[in-house]
Amino acid sequence: MKKYITNFTIKRKTVYNSHYFSLVLQHPDVLPEIEAGQFVEVEVPGNKQVMLRRPISIHDVDSDANTMTLLIQVVGKGTRTLSQLQEGETLNLVYPLGHGFSQEGSNVLLVGGGAGIAPLLHLSKCLKAKGVRATILLGGRTEELIPVRDEFAPYGTVGFATEDGSLGEKGLVTQHSLFSADYNHIYTCGPTPMMKAVARYAMEKGIECEVSLENMMACGVGACLCCVVDSDQGHKCVCKEGPVFNAKQLTNWIIN
Amino acid sequence: MLQTKIHNLTLKNPVMTASGTFGYGEEFADFIDLNRLGGIVVKGTTGERRQGNPYPRMAETPSGMLNAVGLQNVGVETFCKDVYHRIKDLDTNIIVNVSGSSIEEYCKTAAMVGELERVPAIELNISCPNVKKGGMGFGTDPTMAAQVVSEVRKIYHKTLIVKLTPNVTNVVEIAKAVEGAGADSVSLINTLLGMAIDVEKRRPYLSTITGGLSGPAVKPVAVRMVWQVAHAVQIPVIGLGGIASAADALEFLMAGAKAIQVGTANFIDPTVTMKIVDGLEDYCNRHGISDINDIIGII
Repeated sequence: MKKYITNFTIKRKTVYNSHYFSLVLQHPDVLPEIEAGQFVEVEVPGNKQVMLRRPISIHDVDSDANTMTLLIQVVGKGTRTLSQLQEGETLNLVYPLGHGFSQEGSNVLLVGGGAGIAPLLHLSKCLKAKGVRATILLGGRTEELIPVRDEFAPYGTVGFATEDGSLGEKGLVTQHSLFSADYNHIYTCGPTPMMKAVARYAMEKGIECEVSLENMMACGVGACLCCVVDSDQGHKCVCKEGPVFNAKQLTNWIIN
Repeated sequence: MLQTKIHNLTLKNPVMTASGTFGYGEEFADFIDLNRLGGIVVKGTTGERRQGNPYPRMAETPSGMLNAVGLQNVGVETFCKDVYHRIKDLDTNIIVNVSGSSIEEYCKTAAMVGELERVPAIELNISCPNVKKGGMGFGTDPTMAAQVVSEVRKIYHKTLIVKLTPNVTNVVEIAKAVEGAGADSVSLINTLLGMAIDVEKRRPYLSTITGGLSGPAVKPVAVRMVWQVAHAVQIPVIGLGGIASAADALEFLMAGAKAIQVGTANFIDPTVTMKIVDGLEDYCNRHGISDINDIIGII
C-alpha cells in the first residue's frame, strides 16, 4: 500500500471534554484506500519540545468528502499541542501506515477501551458494508472516557461498561453481559491490560482475536525499529507489521 | 555541481542516509526517489541475526531522541541472500554498516558483504553504544580500534569507512589510529551516550537504562568533532549528527566533511534528504559556486 506525506486542512474540531477531541481533516484530492486499523503519523506544529511525529489511529474516513477523522486523547505534550489547533489550520500527515484489521468473521465482537475506541468506528463501518453482524462493546473508567457512542449505533449492537457505573453496565468490558464466547472473531483496541484479558479469553475459547497495539514509535515506516513487540517470531515492528496483530502471534506478549 | 568523492566512491551529491535510520531504503521509496541520494548506508548488519534490546527502546528528549535498538537486524546471510537482491539495482551507492561483537564477527560480515558486486563500501561500526559486547568498546580505545580495522582491512579490499563514536576524550586520537590501520574514510559521529528518567514512574525511559542521543541536539558537538578530525587526518571525513536541513549539511561540509549523512531527521520528514539536495544546489547557485568541493573544509 503506497504511503503519502501530505498536508490536510482541519475542517472541524470537536472537543468532547478535557481528555478527548477529534479533528476532521480534509484533503483537496481523493484519499487513497485506508484500511480500518491503519494509522497516521502527525507532525506536531508549534512546540519546540516536540520533535517527533505522533502516531494516531484513523477513527473515520469519508471518501466522498475526502476527509479523515482522528479521535485523540490528550496524554502528553504532543497531543496537548495538537489539542490547541484550530479549524482552518494545516496538519502534515504521513499515511496510511501499518496493517489494519482482517475484517474476517461473520459474527464479530469489537472491544474498545478509552482511546482504543478510535479505530473501531471505521472498522464497524467496513464490517457493516460487508454485511457482517457486529457487537460493539466500549469501556472506560467513567462515562466521559467513552467520548464517542451514538456514532456506533448504525453499525451493530452497542454496549457500554464503566468502572463507576456512570454509563452502561458497571465493571470491566470483560465482565459485560455482551462479552461471551458467542462470536467467531474478536477485534480489540485499548489499554494493554484490557487487550491482554480479551486476548486470553479468546485464546481459551478458541476464538480468533486481533489486537491493535500502540507502542512508542519514531519513524512509523519500519526503519528505526523502536516500536517492537515481542512476537512468537521475534521482535516485530508495531508500525509496519502491526499495529494489528493476530493474538496467536503474540503469546509472549499476552502472558507477560 | 554537487558531485563529491569518498576514496573510490563517486557520489552524485554529498547527501547519504545514516545507518539505522533508513532501513534498507525501501521503507522510504514511496516518499522519495532513492536514486537521487549520494548513498544509502543500510541498517547495521551482524554475523548472525539479532533481536536487539527489549522494548521500550526510545524516548523523545529536547531537540532529539534516545534510542537503544541494539542492532536488531536480519544477519549478514539473509542480507546477502534476500535484502541485497531487492535493492542492488538502485542507482546510488549502497553501503553496508558492518557491526559486531568480536573481530571474527566483523571479519565474517565484511568478507561476505565484500562479495556483493553492487556494494562498493562498508561502514565499520565500532561505535554502537547499545550492545553489551563489542560495539563502542572497539571505538573508544585507539589500540583496539586499530586492531579491528587492520584485521578487516586484510580481508576487505573495497572502500572501508570506519564510523566513530563521540563518547571519547579525544576523537582525533581514534581517527588517526584507524587511518593508520588502513581505513579509507571515517564517518562521525555515532550517537552520544545519554539517559532520561520518567519521574512519575521513577524509572528510566529505556529498557537498557542508557541509550544513544541523536537529532538536532547533538549537531554542535558533531560539527566540532568533524572539524577537529578533518584537520588531523588525510582520509575523507563523512559528517553526521543532527542534520535536518541544507544549512546544517553546509556546516559539516565547511567544517571539512566531504559528504554527510542524514539520520533522525528522516523520521520527522521522510522527504528531508531531497530537500537537502535541492537546498545545496540552491546554495551553490545563489553563491556562484560551480563545484561544491570549493567550500569543503573552508573553516
